[in-house]
Amino acid sequence: MAKSSGRTLYDKVWESHTVDILPTGQTQLFIGLHLIHEITTAPAFDMVRENGFDVAFPERTFATVDHIVPTDLRTRPFLDSQAEELTQALEKNVGEFGIEFFGLDSDSQGIVHVIGPQLGLTQPGMTLACGDSHTSTHGAFGTLAFGIGTSQVRDVLATQTLATDKLKVRRINVNGNLSDGVYAKDVILNIIRRLGVAGGKGFVYEYDGAVVDKMNMEERMTVCNMSIEGGALLGYVNPDATTFEFLKGRRFVPKGAGFERAVSYWSSIRSDPDARYDEVVNMDGSQIEPTVTWGINPGQAVGISEKLPLPEEFSDPEGARKAYQHMGWKPGSPILGTPINVAFVGSCTNSRLSDLRAAAKIAKGRKVHPGIRALVVPGSTGVKALAEKEGLHEIFTEAGFEWRAAGCSMCLAMNPDKLKGREICASSSNRNFIGRQGSPEGRTILMSPAMVAAAALNGKIVDVREYI
Amino acid sequence: MSAVIKISKVSGTAIPVRGNDIDTDRIIPARYLKEVTFARMGEYPFYDERFDAEGKTKPHPFNDAKYKGASILFVNKNFGCGSSREHAPQALFRFGIKAIVGESFAAIFAGNCVMLGIPAVTLGEREMEELIRLAESASQTNFTLDLAAKKLSYGTDRSVSVGIPESSRKALLEGSWDSTAMLRANLDKAKTVAARLPYMTGFMG
Repeated sequence: MAKSSGRTLYDKVWESHTVDILPTGQTQLFIGLHLIHEITTAPAFDMVRENGFDVAFPERTFATVDHIVPTDLRTRPFLDSQAEELTQALEKNVGEFGIEFFGLDSDSQGIVHVIGPQLGLTQPGMTLACGDSHTSTHGAFGTLAFGIGTSQVRDVLATQTLATDKLKVRRINVNGNLSDGVYAKDVILNIIRRLGVAGGKGFVYEYDGAVVDKMNMEERMTVCNMSIEGGALLGYVNPDATTFEFLKGRRFVPKGAGFERAVSYWSSIRSDPDARYDEVVNMDGSQIEPTVTWGINPGQAVGISEKLPLPEEFSDPEGARKAYQHMGWKPGSPILGTPINVAFVGSCTNSRLSDLRAAAKIAKGRKVHPGIRALVVPGSTGVKALAEKEGLHEIFTEAGFEWRAAGCSMCLAMNPDKLKGREICASSSNRNFIGRQGSPEGRTILMSPAMVAAAALNGKIVDVREYI
Repeated sequence: MSAVIKISKVSGTAIPVRGNDIDTDRIIPARYLKEVTFARMGEYPFYDERFDAEGKTKPHPFNDAKYKGASILFVNKNFGCGSSREHAPQALFRFGIKAIVGESFAAIFAGNCVMLGIPAVTLGEREMEELIRLAESASQTNFTLDLAAKKLSYGTDRSVSVGIPESSRKALLEGSWDSTAMLRANLDKAKTVAARLPYMTGFMG
């Protein structure tokens, strides 16, 4: 890598992956890693075939099944014939084009944004694409990770490149220290609340500051995961000793002298100390309290001790009124004490080992409130095994939580795990959109896994700080 | 590869869908993503806002006979936020929408629109409100989006300037929005770039 001062990680990785400047003015970027799953890919493979192309770099694409898989009964054929058909389509496509596949019977299966890092496929200084908006998760490693649509999946399959425009970089410094009971989820909910769900449009988010420095990789993944909820296509954290330590020894990470060379490359792509940013935002992490959403987008969030805001406080009062209309709550009332029906710990945002540990710590020795349906869904088969090794599954099942197999589950209603009617779900997932969890009338309150566990035990929204 | 299709003008009546931050889950509920092709997506746009659990219609512009046959969609801010599902613009396109005019679009949605040859253009809040009111009050008004001139014209002599990223405008005008062939032509260059990236050889040194 050539060294020149004043560049961000984004600048450096962009430059080293530039194939060409296209006639449209867009940059053609080489994509180092392509992750695919069963939902957004079948038409992409069809288009590749119809046009007589092959897959340009089959060894740089990896596949799994996550969105559609049941998390209870996983026997084939699936009861849902559409789920079976999509899964078979993926199995056929990966077989035909020689793509490595982590299927249901693989101990590496899981949510695509959980297994990439877990296997060490996701690495710093790499470009990555996946037909899923939460691909921004991989930015935690200093990876430029693009969430793309199906036609772009076709392009990556056929060319291993993407046509894309360069964005501006906004550095977000989260300074200070987080209090006990405050987690990475609370940090990103507050960033989105402050900058808005469309505030990141045209930007890449670079997360930094003392709070991010101290975060482990799983916490950084939670933050980067929801970049897209703030409107930013990509988010990243500069790789450091925490990153290298996490990667060391993982299946796709080089060993010995290769690892030393990797660390040297990974260090070289960090943003320079004098890098130029288009914008810098400073936040005080010490001011963040456990945070929950009250509306129908992830920016509609409040601290647990706050009262629900008045629509007039927003630049879009009509949007806030629509949110209140859907949720059925009154402005000015507290969110604390709001009754729930369902509790969900899982999703690509919060289903990793440290998330499950945080929830188990709250659940240990306590009982799920009568009448509450509570699910814990590990993000991958690997996370599930690690959690079981330390007995987390016993803590959860003894408390009355269902302990499930890996998948996207109740985050997005493409599998049997769904809300019914007007149910309210305390959820560690990433989207509280109308209908997101499978019922058009259903309601979602986003929060950290520990807050979900505390809500499950009480049958209502509580302040997790009283339980730690 | 399919023939190059250049898109310079879209004409037709407009259908307004009001509201900021309309996410792709609302544009197309996730259960329709279980279909193995896009073929039937045109039946589903805004499904849960248009039909109740029994399949009875609810009031929605996409159910309103006065907008039947419209080919230009009018929206407000941050339209298409959320999931990257291309099913969202596919559903709109297959319903008959050939261009979208709004105050702003979410990044992945806007990119997906270009990939399908759907111009998604922007203008200011006040102008948008005026256009939406016009479409609501005189739904047979014909609009013409001219990408070369970056203008939306209507009535006998009215027109407003619209914004669109220059790369998207060029891709649509030149027909390179269907990008695979253009990218594939650089496969050798891509291989050269790949060979220089240390991780491509597992840091063999």
